Amino acid sequence: MTPLLQVRNVSKRYGSRIGCAEVSFDLYPGEVMGIVGESGSGKSTLLNCLAGKLTPDGGQVVFDTRMDGLVDTLTMSEPQRRMLGRTDWAFVHQHARDGLRMGVSAGGNIGERLMAVGERHYGRIRGRAADWLDRVEIDQARIDDRPEAFSGGMQQRLQIARNLVTGPRLAFMDEPTGGLDVSVQARLLDLLRGLVREMGLSALIVTHDLAVVRLLADRLMVMKGGHVVEAGLTDQVLDDPQHAYTQLLVSSVLQV
Amino acid sequence: MNAYNFAYLDEQTKRMIRRAILKGLAVPGYQVPFASREMPMPYGWGTGGVQVSAAILTPEDRFKVIDQGADDTTNAVSIRKFFERTAGVAVTERTIEASVIQTRHRIPETPLRADQILVYQVPIPEPLRFLEPRETETRKMHSLQEYGLMHVKLYEDISRHGAIATSYAYPVRVAGRYVMDPSPIPKFDNPKLESEAIQLFGAGREQRIYAVPPHTRVVSLDFEDHPFEPTKAEHDCDLCGAADSYLDEVIIDDAGGRMFVCSDADFCRGRREAGQSGAKAGALS
Amino acid sequence: MIELSDVSKSFTLHNQGGARIEVMSGASLSVGPGECVALTGASGAGKSTLMRLIYGNYLAASGQIIVGGVDVAAARPREILRMRRETLGYVSQFLRVVPRVPTLDVVAEPLLALDRPADEARDRAAHLLAMLNIPKRLWSLSPTTFSGGEQQRVNIARGFAHDYPALLLDEPTASLDIANRDVVLGLIEAAKARGAAIVGIFHDADARERVCDREIDVAAFSPCASGVAA
Repeated sequence: MTPLLQVRNVSKRYGSRIGCAEVSFDLYPGEVMGIVGESGSGKSTLLNCLAGKLTPDGGQVVFDTRMDGLVDTLTMSEPQRRMLGRTDWAFVHQHARDGLRMGVSAGGNIGERLMAVGERHYGRIRGRAADWLDRVEIDQARIDDRPEAFSGGMQQRLQIARNLVTGPRLAFMDEPTGGLDVSVQARLLDLLRGLVREMGLSALIVTHDLAVVRLLADRLMVMKGGHVVEAGLTDQVLDDPQHAYTQLLVSSVLQV
Repeated sequence: MNAYNFAYLDEQTKRMIRRAILKGLAVPGYQVPFASREMPMPYGWGTGGVQVSAAILTPEDRFKVIDQGADDTTNAVSIRKFFERTAGVAVTERTIEASVIQTRHRIPETPLRADQILVYQVPIPEPLRFLEPRETETRKMHSLQEYGLMHVKLYEDISRHGAIATSYAYPVRVAGRYVMDPSPIPKFDNPKLESEAIQLFGAGREQRIYAVPPHTRVVSLDFEDHPFEPTKAEHDCDLCGAADSYLDEVIIDDAGGRMFVCSDADFCRGRREAGQSGAKAGALS
Repeated sequence: MIELSDVSKSFTLHNQGGARIEVMSGASLSVGPGECVALTGASGAGKSTLMRLIYGNYLAASGQIIVGGVDVAAARPREILRMRRETLGYVSQFLRVVPRVPTLDVVAEPLLALDRPADEARDRAAHLLAMLNIPKRLWSLSPTTFSGGEQQRVNIARGFAHDYPALLLDEPTASLDIANRDVVLGLIEAAKARGAAIVGIFHDADARERVCDREIDVAAFSPCASGVAA
């Protein structure tokens, strides 16, 4: 099986400071990988480099595209990369307002990607939007409401629907449950797990919440100071951490 | 003796604007930045259109200005007088006699010819602006033809009003490439954007010029199941009886009496002079 | 089916002066299809550690752990995940699930992970829950709110949802009443009959007597016993 994403030696510096250094890994179809570490560990820098939101100083990010097979997304043309960003990739922001159009109705938010790839039938767009509201457990009657009128958890679910409507194969998630109440988090985790399975979605989830990765991620990468200090099966890394930093991280949180 | 340079602007500035116009004609629908000058009138009063007109007027031109279809409103009168005084050009109220027509909010009903130029005053040239406030991002969207957002706007219209409620400044795609704001003309006028005449658009405050060359394909955006419709009031002109011209609704007394009249004053007058008349033709005489 | 040879395990506590604790060495074990082996030994002797090593939850320091052809001690995460999906089931003492997920779905999950049709998976889950006497009215609720015994039975149902060729059972009959204990032992016997290789920890001597073919005292794998200094 070909990895969906092959990351090789991705590095990013901010002047003399290291953002992330020499990161390499493979992500296979259907796999969910967590990236954990403290603030400033480089996990968000890495995610943004991989998702094409930051340009790394070096390395390769090879994605198995539907049309052309393996392509290094770093050397891809910008239109191609942006197209990938609207079709095969999803990016879920920590703050839903960064990933939603707050002045546009829920239906319009979900429909945007469809329209961006050429859908021009209002009825079909609306049908798909309603279907997705259902899937993320938002009442279809709210289709014409703006996200401003939604709770934090609903906004986050709407953001997910907006991202997944084109059936992407890879989702980048930056602290998707951050800032939500614990009960709302649980609902979101459950939803994400179901969607990942149903859609065969692969995902990279950046978080500092070890409970989140334990429930969502198959594999785990631990970062510190821009470097990956440990990687492996999620439960193995959490239950039998090998690196000093991981041991500190695991012992610093309440039992999960 | 006239103390102004011909048509107010200095020759260097006119050259600069002409270069922007030529670039605009070469890339239909593309917004060309230009160094908009301070004009002796406030922004919002057509400074963009005035600068374009100043750059293209020649002493032989015959100039017409319309505002909402009429030649005798404040905006139209002041701009017409401005060029009479600074350029000494002949003026007219008749569409067919004019070689340059500056307009706000309308396209004349009478089809324009190849030897005519229509200059639009544009308040906000960027059709994506209301949905995407970042200029860097809208430029990128134009360059990559990422126009899905335009349809989001139309989607919102239908979801809120049951139909595309955008009735003016209705977005169009020019020559299959750039999405363009046709300025706040009623969507009834959109089909007339495909014309024999040169059409130039000037936005003074926003410092943009764009153009639609003659015979260019201009398509109004829509959905398959909600096609574009160039609507107008379902009425005939009460003065000239025209059934196919854009109408203004006019309140004529304190009792709520009203009538529908052609918004294009010259068109209406022409029809009446040719003997046509509408239901209330006597009312204003 | 499950083959351990010369497996050792140590923990290095980096944040406590780098202390290195040897907990196991020279562990060897072979369990064939249809066989049930009980791990015995005093509390803390390493029974759970051995189970976790086999499941890939702990990283072995050396040796081989072959489960269904996969060397858990050396395999990549992806291979271990696949082994856990297809080959090796694990009934732990603790139920760890996403909050809010209905019990029926928790039990059906191993089958859904194998891309079985949802109906079939739920039917199987319902069958097991009924067998284990979980009242039907609880099936649509999350097991996180259940009593210890109920959670344990949900855990067992989940572990037996798929016919794994190999099973790890950590105290499967603890905190169960007589009737349910009987059901669980029946499930174990059925698994053996279809050829499953089972490694278990049973404090309940009668249960051990009934389902286990042999016992292995993990004290034999302690680093002191094999002469390696701690």
